[in-house]
Amino acid sequence: MANFTLRVNGRAQTVDVDPATPLLYVLRNDLDLHGPRFGCGLGQCGACTVIVNGNTVRSCVQPVSQVRGEITTLEGLSANGTLHPIQQAWIDEQVPQCGYCQNGQIMTAKALLDRNPNPTDAQIRQGMAGTLCRCMTYYRIHAAIKRAATLRLASLPQGRPEGPSRDEVQS
Amino acid sequence: MTTRRDFIRTSGFLVVSASALPLELVAAQAAGPYPDPDFRQLDSWIVIRQDDTATFFVGKTDLGQGTGTAFRQIMADELDMPYEATSCVMGTTDVTVDQGGSGGSDALQTDGYPMRRVAAEARRVLLDMGSQRLGVPVGQLTVSGGVVSVTGDPSKRVTYGELIGGRRFNVTLTGANTDATTGVAKLKTTQELKIVGQSPQRYDIPPKVDGTAKWAVDAKVPGMVHARNVKPPIAGAKLVSVDESSVKGIPGFLRVVTRGNYVAVICEREEQAIRAARQVKVNWEKPAAAPFPSSENLFTYMRSATPTFSAPPVATGNAETAIAAAAKVVEADYEVPFQGHVSLGPAHALADPSNDQLTIYSNDMKSYGLRNGVAEFLKIPRDRVRVIWLEGSQAYGRTAADDAGFEAAFLAKEIGRPVRVQWMRNEETAWDTKGPAYTIKMRGGLDAQGNLVAYDYDARAADHNHLGYNEFDTVLIAQLANQRKAQPARGGAATPSDMYVVPNRRMAVHVVGLPLVWETPLRTGNLRDPNGPQVTFASESFIDEVAAAAGADPVQFRLKLLTASTADDSGFKRARSIAVVKAAADAFRWDTRPSPKKRDSGNILTGRGIAYAYRNQTVVAQIAEVEVNRRTGRVWVKRFVIAHDCGLIVNPEGLKRVVEGGTLHTLSRALHEETRFDTEKVTSVDWTSYPTLTHADTPERIDVVLVNGDPNPNRPDLPHYGAGETVCKPTMAAVANAIFDATGVRLRRVPFRDARVLAALKAANV
Ligand code: FES
Ligand code: FES
Repeated sequence: MANFTLRVNGRAQTVDVDPATPLLYVLRNDLDLHGPRFGCGLGQCGACTVIVNGNTVRSCVQPVSQVRGEITTLEGLSANGTLHPIQQAWIDEQVPQCGYCQNGQIMTAKALLDRNPNPTDAQIRQGMAGTLCRCMTYYRIHAAIKRAATLRLASLPQGRPEGPSRDEVQS
Repeated sequence: MTTRRDFIRTSGFLVVSASALPLELVAAQAAGPYPDPDFRQLDSWIVIRQDDTATFFVGKTDLGQGTGTAFRQIMADELDMPYEATSCVMGTTDVTVDQGGSGGSDALQTDGYPMRRVAAEARRVLLDMGSQRLGVPVGQLTVSGGVVSVTGDPSKRVTYGELIGGRRFNVTLTGANTDATTGVAKLKTTQELKIVGQSPQRYDIPPKVDGTAKWAVDAKVPGMVHARNVKPPIAGAKLVSVDESSVKGIPGFLRVVTRGNYVAVICEREEQAIRAARQVKVNWEKPAAAPFPSSENLFTYMRSATPTFSAPPVATGNAETAIAAAAKVVEADYEVPFQGHVSLGPAHALADPSNDQLTIYSNDMKSYGLRNGVAEFLKIPRDRVRVIWLEGSQAYGRTAADDAGFEAAFLAKEIGRPVRVQWMRNEETAWDTKGPAYTIKMRGGLDAQGNLVAYDYDARAADHNHLGYNEFDTVLIAQLANQRKAQPARGGAATPSDMYVVPNRRMAVHVVGLPLVWETPLRTGNLRDPNGPQVTFASESFIDEVAAAAGADPVQFRLKLLTASTADDSGFKRARSIAVVKAAADAFRWDTRPSPKKRDSGNILTGRGIAYAYRNQTVVAQIAEVEVNRRTGRVWVKRFVIAHDCGLIVNPEGLKRVVEGGTLHTLSRALHEETRFDTEKVTSVDWTSYPTLTHADTPERIDVVLVNGDPNPNRPDLPHYGAGETVCKPTMAAVANAIFDATGVRLRRVPFRDARVLAALKAANV
């Protein structure tokens, strides 16, 4: 066991765990952040997705000892009780069926829109490709991403996207 | 003893949604025992508080199809309360009456009626109270939005909260069983319903989107530990020994627990249990005989096996004679492999043995069955077991046999601490319950005018020992522990559910078994319309083949088969089928011509196909428009048009999403899904070896057309039929028919993966 200090959703938190512990279990079991969920533990489905420094990370295959930087989980997307435009679009489109995968869908969509604020249909398909939904809500997810893109562009001065621009992100 | 009212008070969740139910509070209350709520008491169903809000207690579960929202709509409507002032608690065995949980798409079709009746009864009782309070006869009262007032004098008014808030109704209901529960009040007519037919947003979606929802995977109680299973490496292997020293050194290691061939490791922390399950040395004895043929040889095996069961054929006329006399005979064999539920979230549950009771936190769609099954399995009195139902990952029948719930309960009792179990991905994909594999032989005869005069259907399903609903002697841990039924369940195979009129028709079904009957990863269970996709793949592909042989347009050919005397059309099944097929064709702008079309010249071949199905009064027709890549074999369904008639629609927007989800779920089965195995084990163990539909496969457009095909569409008692499963029936055939239209090549084996399609195109020189 060893001490690790993580910055999650704007707060520094210290945990005492085995260095090899996947970040997923630390978030869920030590920090009570239940947005990220276990789906495969293999980096294949996206259910456990969090954002670290603007990039999506599959927390089920990320040892806690190797995490550097600011972690955002689903719980950290909304600010002061106001939903993020992506979350609002998800509600407006009534996207989820069971909802189990939707953490991964929303977090992956956020990273996609931060990179590319106005993605084409093909870019959405490609950008979301590895994030699986077994209720097959894909069709509504695509509608929600387009709606969120419109909401965000409308709410930003000169349509400047929040977050890093495309060139600033290595993906 | 804790009453329902204590539960409500202590848990304090009534003004929020059931999915935001605070676990700690539920866990902290109710030391048990947990007797069943009495379905013949109005108070078991509805509570109205002083603040003019109401909570409905419903013994169903919502798997993400919005049934909870629909129940609030129908009950608020009958009760004359604003939808927003209501909430709903579901599927928790000590606070909601046993309505069986979910299954069979019957939530509204069957259970909607008792819910409407109890709400109507509550309204009647409140009107009586209002009459006394206001001093005028009921006939002179108006009720709206939870307020009773004197007709013509709205200043004389009293709210429901003022009449009953905080007190019990103490009204006894009647009915032989939960489904029959009733008071004396009459239901409203369809025309009087105001909230039904609107589309309030699902109350469970905001918490699922902002991360505040409480899921069964999130359940935590003090002192909880984590377990993981160790599955036999070869199906049917016997446990010889476990070398505990191989994991003793793992920090947090607590115990290895075994029972028969069931093995679990328990550790303080989750990642420790995962590591211990991988590391523990277990000595298994290989079974003497192979448990099953490999998946490559499955259909050959199934065709030559002696059936374990054959049903007497269903026959009208004489199909054999008619085929012999036919001008043209069409024959085809269809194959659908085993396919899994393969839930995105593997099986999980938490069991807490505190206070000498057992509380299970579970996403079991049939939570009542889990409660009964666990009580029997562990031989503890029923009223000492309760199941708290919480949101869970996609179930569609998987949690009707809730392996993890039984395992958690067993382990918690065994070690005397709360135990959380979750299966790993490889276990879930390999060992979850499967939809049965089918081989189906079909023959048909056309007369000289191209009429279908003979129809012969002969199906074999690998469905021997089909699992029940949480019966304590059928779940996997019971099978591994050698606690089994004396006889394997018979299983079944289904016949097509179309309403076609064919003068000579014979339908025969058989069940076949694989060598390993128990402890097998090829356990069949109920996968979203358990036989429908397989059967309808054959039957609706075949109708298309026959139409092509007759040189007829596929829609016109179907309409002709549906058109017959109305005298025997009970429930307007044919009339409603015709309305739905026509609605789909109209919305698609179907051009009438036979299939296949003249082949496109480029690499992308386009085509369209229709299929239709019927189930328990619900009718669906689907049209798929596909693009087939001649170079790669990739099939993309570019567009779906789905016409759907389920009678009275409670929430149209919610229904559309259910219809879309069911269609794409079955599209995934059509294009990608197949459980593969060698002669020792299932080799589909993750998302690479068990591929699924992805974002890249998503249609560009889906149009759902909601149809009311009742010959008397304005009837005052239009029933609310079921939705959710019927739509799974036609998809595989619609896609196969579209591929045929595009390419002239007929695919008779699911799934239509790129390589299989490409090989078929090559073989046909396309
Ligand atoms: S759980 Fe991490 S990718 Fe599936
Ligand atoms: S909504 Fe159920 S898995 Fe995606």
